[in-house]
Amino acid sequence: MPRLVKLGAQALAVAAVAGLFALLVWRVVHQNRNTVAVQVAHGKTGPAPAFNLPRLDGHGRVSLASLRGKAVIVNFWASWCAPCKREAPQLERSWKAHSGQGLVVLGIDANDVSGDARHFARKLGLTYPLVHAPTTIWDDWGVTGVPETFFVDRRGRLVDVHVAGPVLDGGNKAQFERGIRLALRS
Amino acid sequence: MRLLAAAALALALAAPALASDAHPTLAELEGQVMCPICHTTLDQSNSAAAQRIKAFIVRRIRAGDSKSEIEDRLVRDFGPSILAQPPKRGFDLLAWLLPICGLLVGALAVGFAAWRWTRTREPERALAAVGPLDPQLERRLDEELRHFDE
Repeated sequence: MPRLVKLGAQALAVAAVAGLFALLVWRVVHQNRNTVAVQVAHGKTGPAPAFNLPRLDGHGRVSLASLRGKAVIVNFWASWCAPCKREAPQLERSWKAHSGQGLVVLGIDANDVSGDARHFARKLGLTYPLVHAPTTIWDDWGVTGVPETFFVDRRGRLVDVHVAGPVLDGGNKAQFERGIRLALRS
Repeated sequence: MRLLAAAALALALAAPALASDAHPTLAELEGQVMCPICHTTLDQSNSAAAQRIKAFIVRRIRAGDSKSEIEDRLVRDFGPSILAQPPKRGFDLLAWLLPICGLLVGALAVGFAAWRWTRTREPERALAAVGPLDPQLERRLDEELRHFDE
């Protein structure tokens, strides 16, 4: 009987270690596999993940579903990010230039103190919709730093363009313009 | 008497905790709030995001906020992962309870093993309790050992 108990305890310990190891392997293998950034990088342009976030100015909320029928530039930013400060005027210009065609720029502020973000938007005179999101939205979209920009077409599907970095710099400018064109064309 | 001593000890420990909640310091909160970009506590980070959060904490301390009020504001803006320690409620309570359960189970296992060990040692002790050898037997043993040496 004691031998059976000893064997049982050993089997239990081995099973526990194997279980934890399997969990570790699963976590490593599935890490960031289904983020928007990874999907776009692989040319998969499925539906954009839904969200419903509070406006930065505190007046109501904005959901991606409510923007169906419009082309949306989804721009991730934060007030502490210097390149975001440089690119914001360009986003404002694009929003004003294309809003008649049904283009919306949606700025998602995350990993940021909302008061600082409001100050940032006021100082730069931004008029496009700005929302505030919890830290986890970076993981959902696969954002690794700010600024990063994605494009969603009129049917709510991702466009095959992802701009990592300011939309003004080097090749990013051409990618940004291509993203707008593809999103509006749908 | 013991009850009074326990109550006095509890009060002595609770007083600094209450004072810390009412009048937090930046140094104290820096060790308990995470930098969401670098995934370390604020006191180990100099990133732009961490600097902004530190400045926010300083502003709220000056405005007279308590520690829990500052933490609540940070959780509203960043989500619960901004706190280095998980909250003591809901699913997160497991993070607090599991280590205690593990320690208890470990202590029980060690106690059980020690009890088993002392039980198996008893026959040896019984053997040691046997008295000195019979002189005749001892003589015979010596002779045989001598013979063995030759």
